[in-house]
Amino acid sequence: MGRFVARRLLQMIPVFFGTTALIFFMVHALPGDPVAAMWGDKAPDPVQVAALKHQMGFDKPLIQQYLDYMGKLLTGDFGTGLDQRPVIDKITEALPVTIRLALFAFAIEIVLGVAIGLFAGLRRGKAFDKGALVVTLLLISIPVPVLGFIFQTVFGQNLKWVTPTVQNSEDITQLVLPAVVLGSLSLAYVARLTRTSIAENIKADYVRTAVAKGLPRRKVIGTHLLRNSMIPVVTFLGTDLGALMGGAIVTEGIFNVTGVGNALFKAINMKEGATVSGFVAFLVLVYLAAGLIVDLLYAVLDPRIRYA
Amino acid sequence: MPDLTEKKTTAEIPEQRTATAAAKPEKPRSLGSDAWHDLRRKPIFVISALLILLLIVIAIAPGLFTSVDPRAGDLRNHYLTKPNYSHLFQPDWFGYDLQGRSIYARVVYGARASVVVGICVTLGVTILGGIAGMVAGYFGGWVDTIISRVTDIFFGIPLLLGALVILNAFTSRTVWSVVFALVALGWTQMTRVMRGSVITVKQADFVTAAKALGAGTGRIMFKHILPNAIAPVIVVATIALGGYIATEATLSFLGIGLQDPTISWGIDINSAQKVIRTAPFALFFPAGMLSLTVLAFIMLGDAVRDALDPKLR
Amino acid sequence: MTTVIENNQKNDRLEVGTPLLEVKDLHVEFHTRDGVAKAVNGVNYSVAAGETLAVLGESGSGKSVTAQTIMGILDMPPGKVTQGEILYRGQDMLKMSNEERRRIRGQKIAMIFQDALSALNPVLSVGYQLGEMFRVHQGASKKEAKEKAIELMDRVRIPAARQRVNDYPHQFSGGMRQRIMIAMALSLQPDLIIADEPTTALDVTVQAQVMDLLAELQAEYNMGLILITHDLGVVADVADKIAVMYAGRIVETAPVHELYANPAHPYTKGLLRSIPRLDQKGQELYAIKGLPPNLLKVPAGCAFNPRCDVATDLCRTEIPALHHVTDKDGKELTGRRSACHLWKETLHG
Repeated sequence: MGRFVARRLLQMIPVFFGTTALIFFMVHALPGDPVAAMWGDKAPDPVQVAALKHQMGFDKPLIQQYLDYMGKLLTGDFGTGLDQRPVIDKITEALPVTIRLALFAFAIEIVLGVAIGLFAGLRRGKAFDKGALVVTLLLISIPVPVLGFIFQTVFGQNLKWVTPTVQNSEDITQLVLPAVVLGSLSLAYVARLTRTSIAENIKADYVRTAVAKGLPRRKVIGTHLLRNSMIPVVTFLGTDLGALMGGAIVTEGIFNVTGVGNALFKAINMKEGATVSGFVAFLVLVYLAAGLIVDLLYAVLDPRIRYA
Repeated sequence: MPDLTEKKTTAEIPEQRTATAAAKPEKPRSLGSDAWHDLRRKPIFVISALLILLLIVIAIAPGLFTSVDPRAGDLRNHYLTKPNYSHLFQPDWFGYDLQGRSIYARVVYGARASVVVGICVTLGVTILGGIAGMVAGYFGGWVDTIISRVTDIFFGIPLLLGALVILNAFTSRTVWSVVFALVALGWTQMTRVMRGSVITVKQADFVTAAKALGAGTGRIMFKHILPNAIAPVIVVATIALGGYIATEATLSFLGIGLQDPTISWGIDINSAQKVIRTAPFALFFPAGMLSLTVLAFIMLGDAVRDALDPKLR
Repeated sequence: MTTVIENNQKNDRLEVGTPLLEVKDLHVEFHTRDGVAKAVNGVNYSVAAGETLAVLGESGSGKSVTAQTIMGILDMPPGKVTQGEILYRGQDMLKMSNEERRRIRGQKIAMIFQDALSALNPVLSVGYQLGEMFRVHQGASKKEAKEKAIELMDRVRIPAARQRVNDYPHQFSGGMRQRIMIAMALSLQPDLIIADEPTTALDVTVQAQVMDLLAELQAEYNMGLILITHDLGVVADVADKIAVMYAGRIVETAPVHELYANPAHPYTKGLLRSIPRLDQKGQELYAIKGLPPNLLKVPAGCAFNPRCDVATDLCRTEIPALHHVTDKDGKELTGRRSACHLWKETLHG
């Protein structure tokens, strides 16, 4: 088991470097001069631009910039934004909100998704199953912006159950709507994955054995069926948490949540290379960590791969 | 008998199946023809296939459905006038937007962008990712390691974020910019699926037999392995198509996807935000059309997957 | 001998020879989208305490379906019991509630399956799965259950049981896995064990070991054993009596030695002829011509008639009853029945 963990950790390293390098080069290959853009509509003074660029290190060759950047990164310095604020500050500002939102959405998608999938899988072909398939299909098909607007209009404005936009992101009740919207797509996937897994595993020989042992139904389902069926679901959930944190751009925009997605969007638009790279590096770390946890969980759940 | 199971088909009862197979003198059907046979009968497949066909027709020849120019705005057509639902296929059927353009015309012309992006991205991703996955799965060893690491690297970048960064580099963005961005980031999905599938198929006896008979690498890969490994790839591709259409719309909605003068439902949804209270139909029609399109492709993908699943035969 | 015995109700054990299970005129159908398959068409057999009944037949003969119906684990749509009784200690199980049947399952009547690798849960340790019986049915604690699991593993001769009790099924060899299944089945000392092709997936030498173990345990606990198989070689040592099944019916029953020595049904004769023998070296192997019938369209009359060398017109029109077999003087031979119009000619030559 230890070897398995070590192997996975080692695999993560080249990936981390690779991804951050990729992002760095992608961002810095953007045409357009962010320094000159700081002058707004006025014509920038070339001398001042050059001086600023030199100060920020933008005139060094790209490779050099990258190495500097990686060097700083490894010491926890995520760089400085164009407004001279350290990126890490911006991250820690936006992060708590995003974490709250992402965890909320995550909880919703796990609890509801697994529950729906379980019942649908057990009653395959019957009314609940068909209904669940239709609802999840709709949730998958309706794009996030549309879903967001629908929920906002129906629940926020018309029914007035919750505030349409988030005024105070500390208040968890205000995060309900964006969490639901954020989690809905994943909920649909979780439900479907669970359903398929259960429907397949229920025909398995070991389930038959469990029944032949005279075990009560809830034991057969709870212990034998679920443990095997959850494996693909857990795999999905792991990659999903990372995606939730990084991809909530649209949801944050619609509901006015000042999280990571929002900050990132602004930074990209303003061509703030350092900020974008910093944020994305951070997100990649989160994503990789989540992936590692998933793999570990997978090994815990399925002993067969521990000894592979 | 506890109600733990559902209806089973002939295939589930082993003794049953031997007996039936033994008595039928017909040729055994291949997975492909079996799938087609099943598909034709499924209402979901038929409906979604027809819808998609309709969409393709709209994309190719929008002029058939409306004679109005979707870019020509006439401010005399006020955006607050309610759509005229009885004027089927007329310019005012869905009402007008803020710039006086016919929403119906824009919905019709918007199909092209979505369909083109969806199909092109899927093709690109499948071919690129498919080849990478096949090579990785078949050759294994360090080839596989390299390709897998590269896949992991790209995988670490969320699709939307990466597309944001790439598209920001383009000053003028056309459909092809978006296609490029999505293919560049999305190929990894297909690589993983194909690689996994090839690895499974590679171990089958018929591959060993082909090798023993002296078949060359190319022949084995394309004639033996590919047809058997392609099923999961097709399933994922069909479903992903819907996802790419949704992603394009989301990018356009965020303002960094397609731009004027290209017509996209995402752009329209964006501009409809401002008037959502007073003229909700401006949001509703492009949004509805978009959802319907994505739905059609995903339903198709679902049907294809059920038909190709050997466990349900 | 072993402490596993202590908990069981020894006074509940029946005398050798009392009937434990009687299957009477059982009919089971499957409703599929291609039609109704008659999997079991009037099966009668019985097992007594300490007795071994071997049920012999090819795939599609209905032997497994009968067993699963006895256990109550058959999927009830699409399966359906249309007729018959299954008496356990005199009570018809088909008339019992689901809950009553569940209590019999595993505790009184246990089943051993063919493929131990897929029949055991891959993500739970062997000790857990063995101990489950004690925890669920007897309220044992985790510790107690684990101890019992180790005892059981010892009993079925799995080496280093204490160290291996936390291992997973895939870490054991095929033979050991099958022994674990056997251990699981007899953990609560059932009256009756149904073994559905327990050795088919094993090597020949391992087969012998497993069958020996089964025989030993049966004798020790005085259990009834229904051994389902298609392999005549396996049966010879272990069985007391044999029932041969074809197309959902019993076509012959006989005490084991008499079946091998003097079969009274053309199908049995064909099966015996098909066993390859050393003195046949150099000759072509015999196989019964044709294939088992499609259960959706069973042939009229005797189901075996298309493949039978001596079939007559009567065979093609009338289903033979399960006749009592007599010797040349007309004296009834106990335990011998044959469902063949021509049983006399088949038996007496």
